[in-house]
Amino acid sequence: MRNKMSLTFSAVSENESFARVTVAAFVAQLDPTLDELTEIKTVISEAVTNCIIHGYGNSGVGDVTIKAVLEDGNVTVSVHDDGVGINDVEKAKQPLYTTKPELERSGMGFTIMENFMDHVTVETEEGKGTTIIMTKEIAQNRAVCK
Amino acid sequence: MEGGAALSLKTELEVKYGVLCIRLEGELDHHTADELREKVNRVMDEQMVQHILLNLGNLTFMDSSGLGVILGRYKRISGLGGEMVVCSISPAVRRLFELSGMFKILRLETDEDYALHTLGVA
Repeated sequence: MRNKMSLTFSAVSENESFARVTVAAFVAQLDPTLDELTEIKTVISEAVTNCIIHGYGNSGVGDVTIKAVLEDGNVTVSVHDDGVGINDVEKAKQPLYTTKPELERSGMGFTIMENFMDHVTVETEEGKGTTIIMTKEIAQNRAVCK
Repeated sequence: MEGGAALSLKTELEVKYGVLCIRLEGELDHHTADELREKVNRVMDEQMVQHILLNLGNLTFMDSSGLGVILGRYKRISGLGGEMVVCSISPAVRRLFELSGMFKILRLETDEDYALHTLGVA
């Protein structure tokens, strides 16, 4: 069965908890382990934080859209902003690299996304925005072979 | 506020014999990290703090924003010649710490009493 959802909200930090809890509740249909749910919550938090801080420069203006699709025991999530875009994706993905050290950013966002999910793709255009697409196979479904 | 998705962070700060004990309960993300940073900085501005002990026993969620605020406080206390010790961490938080190399700079202890003991107090 294919199931999908989408969610659009203002790019403010108050919505980060809402976003990760909502996506986790949707993914719960695949009967993930607690560890898998924590991983999904964490990567949503990372991607949404990036939209707010980097995409929109903490202005509080703009929207973040999350789309999630569940299919054959896999989850695909995209997190999109219409912000400034990323001019060097490879650099942005490097562990501990950050363009905002003054905000005490750890530079670990992409590293966490790549470690906690099976695939991470970045689509970005300067001045237009960024979409992060992440997929993950939920283990229990792999074993049951639905 | 209780229940629902409105989870946030509860912070308890106590200075015990020069050790700033930071006890966190709830969720440490980008939204709650700013407030934690301000609260800890205020205590460090006002009181003599030699070391920091971070008790994460009741922390249910943390992301890289949490790592950032912890690293920032580490830099401040190590700049004063002090140490940062962390105790009671969950497997999920441990994984984040391992991924980012935090254990190269922070010492991990099982509980608060033992951690305080290793810092030469209690």
